[in-house]
This record gives sequence, structure tokens and C-alpha cells, in this order.
Amino acid sequence: MKSMNLTLKIWRQANAQAKGEMKTYSLSGINDHMSFLEMLDVLNEDLVKKGEEPVAFDHDCREGICGACSLVINGRPHGPLQTTTCQLHMRSFKDGDTIYIEPWRAKAFPVMKDLIVDRSAFDRIQQAGGYVSVNTGSAPDANEIPIGKQIADEAFNSATCIGCGACVAACKNASAMLFVGAKLSQYAMLPQGQVERKRRAEAMVAQMDKEGFGACTNTGACSAECPKEISMANIAMMNREFLTAKFTGEA
Amino acid sequence: MTLDSKIPAGPLEEKWANHKFSLKLVNPANKRKYDIIVVGTGLAGASAAASLAELGYNVKAFTFHDSPRRAHSIAAQGGINAAKNYQNDGDSVFRLFYDTIKGGDYRAREANVYRLAQVSVDIIDQCVAQGVPFAREYGGLLSNRSFGGAQVSRTFYARGQTGQQLLLGAYSAMNRQIAAGKVKLYTRTEMLDLVVVDGKARGIITRNLVTGAIESHSAHAVLLCTGGYGNVFYLSTNAMACNTTAAWRAHRRGALFGNPCFTQIHPTCIPVSGDYQSKLTLMSESLRNDGRVWVPKKANDSRSPEDIPEDERDYFLERKYPSFGNLVPRDVASRNAKYVCDEGRGVGATKLAVYLDFADAIKRDSEPVIRARYGNLFDMYQQITGENPYKTPMRIYPAVHYTMGGLWVDYNLMTTVPGCYALGEANFSDHGANRLGASALMQGLADGYFVIPYTIGDYLAGIGSEKVGTDRPEFTTAMQEAKDRIARLLSMKGTKTVDELHRELGLTMWDYCGMSRSGEGLTKARDIIKNIKNEFETNVRLMGTNEEMNQTLEKALRLADFIELGSLMVEDALRRNESCGGHFREEYQTPDGEALRDDNQFAYVAAWEYKGDNQPEELHKESLAFENVKLTQRSYK
Amino acid sequence: MSWISDALTSSIGRKLSMSLTGLFLVSFLFVHLSGNFLLFKADNGDAFNLYSHFMSTAGIIRVLEIVLVAGFGLHIYTAIVLTRKNAAARPVEYVANGSNKKVTWFSKNMGLSGSIVLVFLLLHLQNFYWRYHNWDIPMVEIDGKEYKDMYFLVASVFKNEWWVNPVYLLGLLLLGFHLQHGFASAFNTLGLEHKKYSPIISRIGNLISVLIPLGFATMPLYFWLFN
Repeated sequence: MKSMNLTLKIWRQANAQAKGEMKTYSLSGINDHMSFLEMLDVLNEDLVKKGEEPVAFDHDCREGICGACSLVINGRPHGPLQTTTCQLHMRSFKDGDTIYIEPWRAKAFPVMKDLIVDRSAFDRIQQAGGYVSVNTGSAPDANEIPIGKQIADEAFNSATCIGCGACVAACKNASAMLFVGAKLSQYAMLPQGQVERKRRAEAMVAQMDKEGFGACTNTGACSAECPKEISMANIAMMNREFLTAKFTGEA
Repeated sequence: MTLDSKIPAGPLEEKWANHKFSLKLVNPANKRKYDIIVVGTGLAGASAAASLAELGYNVKAFTFHDSPRRAHSIAAQGGINAAKNYQNDGDSVFRLFYDTIKGGDYRAREANVYRLAQVSVDIIDQCVAQGVPFAREYGGLLSNRSFGGAQVSRTFYARGQTGQQLLLGAYSAMNRQIAAGKVKLYTRTEMLDLVVVDGKARGIITRNLVTGAIESHSAHAVLLCTGGYGNVFYLSTNAMACNTTAAWRAHRRGALFGNPCFTQIHPTCIPVSGDYQSKLTLMSESLRNDGRVWVPKKANDSRSPEDIPEDERDYFLERKYPSFGNLVPRDVASRNAKYVCDEGRGVGATKLAVYLDFADAIKRDSEPVIRARYGNLFDMYQQITGENPYKTPMRIYPAVHYTMGGLWVDYNLMTTVPGCYALGEANFSDHGANRLGASALMQGLADGYFVIPYTIGDYLAGIGSEKVGTDRPEFTTAMQEAKDRIARLLSMKGTKTVDELHRELGLTMWDYCGMSRSGEGLTKARDIIKNIKNEFETNVRLMGTNEEMNQTLEKALRLADFIELGSLMVEDALRRNESCGGHFREEYQTPDGEALRDDNQFAYVAAWEYKGDNQPEELHKESLAFENVKLTQRSYK
Repeated sequence: MSWISDALTSSIGRKLSMSLTGLFLVSFLFVHLSGNFLLFKADNGDAFNLYSHFMSTAGIIRVLEIVLVAGFGLHIYTAIVLTRKNAAARPVEYVANGSNKKVTWFSKNMGLSGSIVLVFLLLHLQNFYWRYHNWDIPMVEIDGKEYKDMYFLVASVFKNEWWVNPVYLLGLLLLGFHLQHGFASAFNTLGLEHKKYSPIISRIGNLISVLIPLGFATMPLYFWLFN
């Protein structure tokens, strides 16, 4: 177990309206087995004891699946490893390091406080059409819809998205196309998604544009930082879904 | 107070069908006149909100998360049981019922569990229709596996993230209703109190976690789908924000709390590495299929595992349970790990861990085979601990995972406060003293999709559609009380942080009301918790104000309720003078050290009634009748 | 018909314009390059001069010229619109710069490489297109007819105004990087993604990103250094 001293540069902002700034904190005696978020817990305990405002950050399951944690660490969403911030451990850093911690930056993800951003845009995009319209109780027997394993696996790969928003944070255009692409692809590949396929693609893309996300320039940064390794193929599929819907749909 | 479980008469198989027919209905044109509050948007909450909105009710859904998709149902790994018998291996509704009752060590209601098994098949249909990508065979049909020691393959799964996929399904169904205007979603909004008007639940008090605004919402019924209370132990596999506040506040308003001491400990978690630890991570139970559990024979052996020769190792599960070996049930494996650590034979820096060794499996099957089987888990372990489990044995230790106890509900899922319902892990109903693997997801969705949509109509039809305004004194009083609680906490300016006190509470619960409990220890815990409560009420330190985003305030409000719940758990554990399922009282064991149930005296649900601040709670008993299964003692020798 | 404008002004619609115009411009590069190789025919530039004459007088070519200008225009216009929208999508930049090794610098700086290519293009148009049409350049007789001696113009620019050569080379280098990302990117935008074919498309993109600039670069280098 190694102990390390760190300098932290953290974005502090009292609320959505306030002007924020980077503040410097020094922290000592950090153990390399700690998770990154536990390191912030230690900082916060120190701050409260000193009578200072603790740093607000989103986090919950701390096992890499809820998608709540959302820090840009040294300029990279979720830090140096391709995982969620909660799964990043301090052994990825060295004694004496200076670590920059910033919130996701996007017009569609406004900062609410310190490192917390509002990601409700993602929910609204899904409300626009990210579902199969099937009322409870009206489903046929599950095995009446056979789905080839390969398609099921591909759809699953898209479905693994945890909605953390790292793709938006990583993209130089703050584009949400990997997220929307993953959602659209899952339904586009599965037979259950066929009926509403065109309407869904048009509605979700329209909502995405309305939220103020940028457009994809295929740098691949989103996929390279995605903790679930969602592939760029999802964006291609979204483009195809949208263009097909726009130019062949009758509505 | 008399507890009426409202279990329908008639043969077990026909109870639910008969009951559904006898329930009153709300005319389709009238449904839009009713408002229903759903607190929590995990599997139970999201499925209930969607289903009720589809029926035509107006739903208000509340979550303290930024998005419903983050509820902790999302973290469930293993799968979801359903009695589909797709594998032709002898499964049936009755077998799933039987396994669940037996697995729960005969402390659950037969009628509820049978209904759960019945609707389990509909859940899978519903989820597949929503586009949930369950694992499939090459032929395109659904794949199943055997899970948690079940003798049939009835578990449907979606890689290691069944919870996320099911939750996204329910969330998408709810999204559709939000778009349709039938569900109004309140995110970052936490319930602080239940409002009871003229003896009926009529609304809730909430805090807007962004602005701090204390608001009231009225409705015709309130559904609490707020999950379990494992975080009373501070360290658990629950998410950081999981809490008991909604359930506990309902309890204080008159809802009885069922079996609070029934908690489930999962044997294969990554051990605690230091005081800063915030959370425990579960490793799938499947690891015990190939890993061998051992500790050194000598106490305080600080050699590294590779240096301990075979004859100085104690494969204690294989030694004590030759026929089941490393595959004994969760509680048995957990308890035995505790015993060897208590003897000073634990491993690792904290000495609170046992080895789970894959060396033999790797030798037998080769590393690539083991990698194919457990690669993800091994990577996760290495990520967290920095150790390579292909080279050195994993270290594991049990951790709190699930709480079987919860708000007492009748067959309709209604608590003892009329109009207040509890669904999913928040209620006590289906798992008895111990939950089977892959049954939590099943229960959450059963309650939300297939039970509440029927049972709530019966209540609503009876009360009429007249609305109650939030200007009623019951609302304004409850609001003021919530504001006062917050003001008191913020003004204290003590010296201890919320986390420090939570850690103290957690450690106490773990030591005395955890895997193994004794009358002596529980009595001690009672006093310690009293002190913690006192310390919390006089010496806690918070920062900031109410009128802003304030995460320490959120934690403090939750801790206040955990402390009270903790003392009730201790009382419940003290009163239950038997060992069953997750509740192991050291005084009550067989000569072999196995749990000793006392069906004559304790075949009941303990339902506790709140009697006021710092007053002892009153125990009510709902006796359990077993007409369809024979009570047997478990044995894994 | 508002659906057409809806489609084309949506984020994906603009990407579509970018991708289609980009691919069209790549096709132009091929035509341009193959024609220009006539410079190397050992006939004192006769073939090249005839080709130049054809390109500047034939009606069909004049029509295509308008299409080409429109293609460039739309590509540049869309780039500007998208760049502005994309910049607006992130009003506050990060303080710390982190880079992921899997993401190439040029893929993130298409605007910069495109702008430099544009500067080069303007210089190039001034050097040849403008002068061919507006300057008094020497005439040459081929098969009894008089033609403007474009070959002479090319040779003299690269030889006497040698300082343009580094600009040409830089422009071509950046064109290469622009193509390296842009070609495969255009296919992704069109939704043409396939496990089997996408790697091939991406290899073709890499290949043309080297061959096209290299092909063009042979011309200034030849006249500057060897002639």
C-alpha cells in the first residue's frame, strides 16, 4: 500500500447561475487502493471538518453500471482508463501528481453545481421515441419472437450503454450521436423495434438536435472513451435509420 | 391493531384468479380522475408507473436520481427467474413456488409466493416484447441457466447486466407514458414524508434536491417502490444513495414494518481494504463453481498464499460440507467465512477475508478456459484490488446484499396505512428469511407490472375520485415538520461528519446484527445505537443551507432514519429466538452449527408498529400457515 | 416539401451534405490528377496543352465547372455552419487537455486542414486558372493550330516562382490528412458501415490519402528540382 500526496484542481461553481472557477486543494496520505471517488470522499470529509463546502459530484452504484459518475479527469472523461470514474483507482496516479477535475462540458449538459451537470436531455431524447409501444399484458409468448444469436448479441452490445454521457464529454463537438446511435440501433436490429422504426429515428434525432448537441465528425473519441466500448457503427446505423426514415417514410 | 393479510380463500392455484375477479374495477372513463404517486423508479416503480399510466391513471413518479435509469435495480447481475419450463427440465409454477418458500426458510406467505411464481412467466413475455435483449441460443430462442444452486434452468439473463436491461425496459415503457403525458416525472426529488388525511395516505412531502424547495403533492394513493435498506450497514453492495427514508417515514405514519432483521449477506464480495472504503462490490456467485475457498490452518499466518503448502491449508467448506463443498448456500458460506476470520485465520492486510483459489481449476481446465468463463469478473477484481487472480488467489468476504424485511403489506401490497402501497424490495412479502438468487428482479417486476394494476383499482373504486388539496392542515403540518428537521440539522454545527456517524452505525450493525447474532451482542448494540443517535442529534456537522444542492444534508436526512431503523432491526433480531435464513442466532443452532428454526413459536411475520419518538415499538404477529408445503430442516452435509 | 429542408438542415442532413460533397470532390481529384499526368508525356507539353484547351472551352466542362464550384461551395458552407453549431454545443472549454491515443489529431482538426487546403486552392487558382484566362501567355502551335502554352506556364511557375512549391507541398500534405479522415468518415456518415467492407473502405481511404497528394506533388517537384 502506497501513500501519496496530490494537488487537485477542481471546478467549483455554487449553482447553475453562478460563475465558476478552478480551485486548488492539496491532499495528503491518499492510499493507492482507494477508488477515485473515495479519494474525493476523503477530501470532502476534510473540507467539512475545516468548515468548507464539500465538492458536489454525481455518483451512486460505484460498480460501473448506473452511469451517474461523470468527471473529466485530466481532460478525459472518466480519466485515463476506459472505464467509469467509480472504477478508477488511485494506483493509476503517482505521488505528487496534479489532477484536474472538471464537469462534463456541453451546452446540453449545463452545470448545476461543482461537478454535477444536468443530463436530463438524454431522458428527453428517449421519451421522444426510445421504446416499443407495448402495453403491459399484451405481449405474446417470449419464444414466439425468435431472434438469431448474432443479432441478439449485436443488439445487446448497443444496449449496454449506461447513459453516463462520456461520449458527449469526450466529443470535441459535444455530440450525443453515440448515445442516440446506440439506442436507435438496439431497436433497429430487433424485430420488436420494426413497427415504429422510422418514426423513432426521426423523433429521437429531432429531439437530439433540439437539445443543442453538436454533430458527429467521426473522430471516434466518444467510442474510445465509452466505458462500455459502444462502437462507431452505431452512429452509422443511426445515420442510415434517419436518412431512410426521412426519405422513404410516408409520414 | 389486527393484521389482515387479505389472503383469498380457495385452493392455492386459484387464489389469484379468484381474487382478480372479486376485485372492484374502476370504469375506464373514470381512471383519469385518479392521481397516483409512485416513489422510486427502479424495477418496481418504473413498471408500476408505466402500467398504471397505460390503464389511464394520472401518475406522478419521483426519483432522487437525475434519471430513473440510475435506480439500483440496474446493478443486478445474475438474472431473473421464471417458471417457463422452456428447458423441459421439470420446472413448473409449483416448483418455483416451492423453491422460493423453502429457500426463504418458511417465513414467507404461501399465497404471495405462489402468485409471484404464476406471474413470473408473464414478466419474461413483457420484457421481451419491450426489446430487452436476453441471452439467446443459436436457434433464436431464449437461453436459460441454473442459478444459485437451483436444480432447474429457469434463470433468464442478459450477460452480467440483467438488472440494467430489465430496468431500461421498464424505463422505456415509462418514457412512453411520459411522452403521452400520463406520467409526470420528478427527478432529483426526494420523499421526506407521507401525508395521511383521515386515515388514508393522500400524498407526500418532497425536497427538490436542486433548489431545496420543500413541496407537497397530493394523490389518491401512494406507492413506495423505494428499495431496501442494506445501507444501514454503511458498507454494502447497495448504491451509495439507497436509503430507507421513504419506507421509514411511512412507518412513522402508521405503516407496520415487517421482519426488519432479515438481511441477506452475499459470500463473494471483494473485501474491505481500508477505513476510507465506501462501497462493497459483489462478485458473481458463479465463481464458487470453480474456486476453492480456504484459509491457513494456523492463526495469524502472514505468509503469502503461494508459500503456504497444501497440508497447511484449511479448505473449510469442503471439510465441513463434503457433499456441497464450496457450493453451500449463501448464508452458510458467509457464516463460515466469518468463523474462520474470528479465529484469527483471515487473510490479507485486514485479516477479514478468505481465499478463493482458482489454481486447481486452471491446472485442470487451462487458463483460457477459466478466462472464457470468468474473464470479466477476474478483470473487475484486478481493477479494484490491483492483484492478478490468475496468479494469486482472490480474497473474498461476505457483504450485505439485500434486505428481505420491509414494509408489511397485505395480499394487495397495501401497507397498514390505507392507500399506501409498498412494492419490490421495499416490502417484506415474498422472500421470507432468505432470498433465492435471481428472484429480486422477478419480484420487483411482478409487483409493478402484474399485481398493483389489479389491486389498486379495488381500493380506488372504494374511496371515490374526490381530490384532497395540499392546503389541508395535514400537508402543511408535515411540510413544517420536514422543514424543522432540516433546520435543526443545519444549525447544529457539531464536530462529527455524517459519514463518520454512519460508519459507526454500520460497524455496530455488522458486528452485532450481521451474519451472526447473539442476545448478548444485540443488547450491546442497542446501547451503542442509542449513543450514536444521541451523538447524531447533538453533534453532527453539516455544511451549507437548505436552499441549494446539498449532498451532506441529503445524507444526514437519510442517516437519521437509518439510525432508527437500526435499533428496530436489533429489537427484531433479539425477539426472534431462532435461527432462520439470513437471521442466525448463535444460541439457536444444531450441534453441527447449523441454523435451528423454531416453527412452533416463530412461524410468523414480525410486524412492528411505531409508537412515537424513543418509544419501544409494538410487535404484531401475522402467523404463517403452510398448507401446501411440508416444513423441513435444511441440510448441506 | 418542408420535410426536405427539415432533413437537410438537421444535424445528420448537414453531415450528409458534407459527406456527399466530400466524396464528389474526391472524384474531382482523381479526374484532375489523371489529366495532369499528361504533363509528363514526352511531347514538349502538346498533349497537356490540348487537354487544357479542352478543359477551358468545352461546353460540358464549363457546366461541370459550375457543379464543381457548387460542390466546393456547399462543402465549405456546410463546414462553416457545422463548425459554428459544434462550437456552440460546447460553450465552455476544458481547462485541462487530455488526449486519447486512439483519436488522431487530424480527425479533430478537419477545419484547420480544410482551411489550409483552401488557402492552397486559392493560390493554385490564381497561379493557373486566373492566369490562363486573364494573362497574356505565350502561344504554341500544335498541328497547325495555336494554343495557349499552359505547359510553359506550369513549368515557369514551379521553376521561377519556386516559393509557391513549399505552399503546394504543405497544402497537399494537409489534403492527405484531410482525405485520410474524410474518406472513411463520409461512408460512416452515409450509414455505409459493414463489418466486412468498412475495413476495406478505411484502407482505401488511407491509400488515396497517400497516392493523391503524392501524385500531385510529383509535378511541382519535377519542375522545381529536375527540369
